[in-house]
Amino acid sequence: MTLLTESSGNYSWQRPHLIKNKNKRAIIYLLAVAYIIFTFISLKIDSQRIILGLSRSQKYFADFLRPDFISRWNSIVDGILESLTMTYVATVFGIIISIPFAFGAAENISPKPIYYLSRAVIVISRSFQEVVIAIFFVVVIGFGPMAGVLTLTFSSIGFLSKLLAEEIEDIDWTQVEAVKATGASWPQLMTYAILPQILPRFIGLSVYRLDINFRASAVIGVVGAGGIGTTLNAAFDRYEFDSASAILIVMIAIVLLGELFSSFIRKKIK
Amino acid sequence: MSKKNYNWQLKSTLRILKEILFWAAGIWLFIYCWNIISARTIWPFVYDGAEQGSKLLMRMFPPNWTYFLDLLRPIWDTITIATLGTLAAILLSLFVAFLAAENTSPHPLLRQLALLIIVTSRSVSSLIWAIILVIILGPGVLAGIIAISLRSVGFVSKLLYESIEEIDRKQVEAVEATGASKFSALIYSVVPQVFPSFVGTAVYRWDINIRESTVVGLVGAGGIGLQLNEAILGLKWPDAIIIFMMILSLVLFSELFSAKIRKTLI
Repeated sequence: MTLLTESSGNYSWQRPHLIKNKNKRAIIYLLAVAYIIFTFISLKIDSQRIILGLSRSQKYFADFLRPDFISRWNSIVDGILESLTMTYVATVFGIIISIPFAFGAAENISPKPIYYLSRAVIVISRSFQEVVIAIFFVVVIGFGPMAGVLTLTFSSIGFLSKLLAEEIEDIDWTQVEAVKATGASWPQLMTYAILPQILPRFIGLSVYRLDINFRASAVIGVVGAGGIGTTLNAAFDRYEFDSASAILIVMIAIVLLGELFSSFIRKKIK
Repeated sequence: MSKKNYNWQLKSTLRILKEILFWAAGIWLFIYCWNIISARTIWPFVYDGAEQGSKLLMRMFPPNWTYFLDLLRPIWDTITIATLGTLAAILLSLFVAFLAAENTSPHPLLRQLALLIIVTSRSVSSLIWAIILVIILGPGVLAGIIAISLRSVGFVSKLLYESIEEIDRKQVEAVEATGASKFSALIYSVVPQVFPSFVGTAVYRWDINIRESTVVGLVGAGGIGLQLNEAILGLKWPDAIIIFMMILSLVLFSELFSAKIRKTLI
């Protein structure tokens, strides 16, 4: 990068580059391009299959544009209600269980062994996609919404604990000390010094997780863990794309409503 | 000094009443929902669950270590699905976000269209996109890549258009005052302002996509999910534990990698 000074007489200015070192930049760009080219070659795109599939799926596309709410309406309503109940129960369980893990995973208030234990639980819960966890629970306790509730609870724990722990790590200690100086007991310390600092964020996170859990409840049904996903999967299996399209539209509408609801709550607690 | 009321309360009585009502409603709803789920559950299976689960874990040992070598290609495919899917999503979201941001959108109707695309993409999970795409394109990595990118477009566009809406107008005006064209104004005033948060979003999404791409294989869209499905349906638990360990280490690696990139770039 050249400097814009009168004395240098050099007015040609260039935008600063992302990576300052010239050679490093060349190597990184070259590697990135090589990687992309290599992976494209390794894709092995079967163009004939795609052409065949596209011509065959014209009927499916047409079905998708004509959503059919009527013929499967009862099972759609049933699936959506099951998803909503699963979502709510699992989020409540997730919130209750995540609180002790969050305190355990906050570096500033937790002893080292408990800290590592809580962090390990968080890492395992966050690493596996909901569907993988759902497969496990379906194998262990059988098909149905209970497997879904356990799945969503398990994956909520990691999410809520991690973010809440970060919030606890950021609290203002002077407030805690001020309350302590009045001779407050431990429960009083929690209600008057620590909770007010983390509660708004915690409510926001819980509402956000409710939203995520509803979306996830639609997929875990594909592997048999109940909810609207079961209905959706059945529609795909029977190639009833008009019903599948109706289910997707209902899901999108509920997600939208949920988003409005969560932004309303978050505005209110601010 | 006048008399002061020292009976300070954290919350007023009315607020406490309101909160009690709120909690009662929440607990009632919970019991109601719980009853629905309980009615649809075969409880003996659940009571048996702990025993079944521990038996299952026992069957995973000893792990089939040599299976690791068979997983290298699926792991590579999984990373490819996440990376190319994220790249495609980034390219698409540049357009979508530009149309969706209030201050850069050329027309209100186009803006609504872009917002509709964002909502659709965000509401439908990548596994469902994958089911649809496998029917159309046939099984394989390509279906996975497209599924991941369709799911990510909404996420990346949403965060990008929000940061475009928050830019500092003064910088744009300053560049425009030099006589720059609309396009150069965009490049020299808008892009530098949104770039750091955009890169952060993209890398974060890549990290999420690694997790998502481990499951698209379940419906035939490539990656390690295919092997996972095979191992579980075939009750090959010593293989399954190797797959779980591979997924865990892949996700941990991607998390460290994305944290490092975000730190150096921002």
